[in-house]
Amino acid sequence: MVRAEWAIFEEDFWAISNALEALVQSSQAKHVLLVDRTGQLIAQAGDEPTFDVQSFASLCAADFEANHALAKLIGEDDFANLYHQGAQDSMYLGKIAKGVVLAVIFDKSTTLGLVRLRVKKAVEELNVIIDGLYDKLQYRNEEYDPFDDEFSEGVEQEIDNLFVD
Amino acid sequence: MSLINYSSREINCKVVYYGPGLGGKTTNIQYIYDKLAPDTKGKLVTLATEMDRTLFFDFLPLELGEVKGFKTRFHLYTVPGQVYYNASRKLILRGCDGIVFVADSSEARFDANVESLYNLHENLKEYDLDLDTIPFVMQWNKRDLPDALPVSELNEELNPEGFDHFGAVAYKGDGVFDTLKCVAKQVLRKLQTQPAGV
Repeated sequence: MVRAEWAIFEEDFWAISNALEALVQSSQAKHVLLVDRTGQLIAQAGDEPTFDVQSFASLCAADFEANHALAKLIGEDDFANLYHQGAQDSMYLGKIAKGVVLAVIFDKSTTLGLVRLRVKKAVEELNVIIDGLYDKLQYRNEEYDPFDDEFSEGVEQEIDNLFVD
Repeated sequence: MSLINYSSREINCKVVYYGPGLGGKTTNIQYIYDKLAPDTKGKLVTLATEMDRTLFFDFLPLELGEVKGFKTRFHLYTVPGQVYYNASRKLILRGCDGIVFVADSSEARFDANVESLYNLHENLKEYDLDLDTIPFVMQWNKRDLPDALPVSELNEELNPEGFDHFGAVAYKGDGVFDTLKCVAKQVLRKLQTQPAGV
């Protein structure tokens, strides 16, 4: 049984990963990351990042949320895409269904135009996957459900062991 | 909004520290960061002003060991306490799985606690959430202050619902882990009892 507000199943994870890999190839970006609206990393592709991906995901979601609020303030529904230009590396962010954010990091070996074009296609593809995933949550039962009493006891033990003065 | 990844076998949960400005939310997170072993914690991200006041949020990811093949991760966030940063506070609350309210025990800050708690209720409403359904823990911080109100009085005024509560002196670490443990366990228990797809 799916317990969380949302969950990524094995087959969707691979569908997402394949879409991200394809985007890396077609846009010639360095890294592509998919982040949910609470700042949790869903999947990534491309070169192994040298930066802290957890922090990146958290800040990325906050960036998008802050810009969403800014859009509302000036009477827009949302900014569908965001672009941050750096001296070496730049970032292009695209909005997927259910508040999921696609972040593409690229350098001068490609262009903003190409990245934008490829992101557009990837967003369409990912929208279908994410929407389908949400539909599945309504009825899907995972064969492997770890959330029994044994799991709770194990995790609570972990919490007690870890969080000590 | 907890996220379960069945492929990488990870469970991610978000806990938000809420409360009035200068109440000790960042101090809680800082203490946790300082005390934990390097392999269990990620980087502490702080978006603060030059005066060390939280501008947007603090963020600290924590990782528990593997249980039944699943790794559990808690993402701790603080909100900026100052009244005029409400837009930021609202954003941080989105998708949270548990809340710690860090109240200032000082008598002089009593009204600030009331205002912040009211603000929390209002902001949760916008996400169709309320404190009856979301794991919630009260922390009475700054118990060492000379003008600290008695816990019984704080409970009577600010916690009539009787939520779990802990006294704390966050800069010394007193009560910090008790609070975190309590909210973390509540979040996981809710995950276990939650019906499918909710």
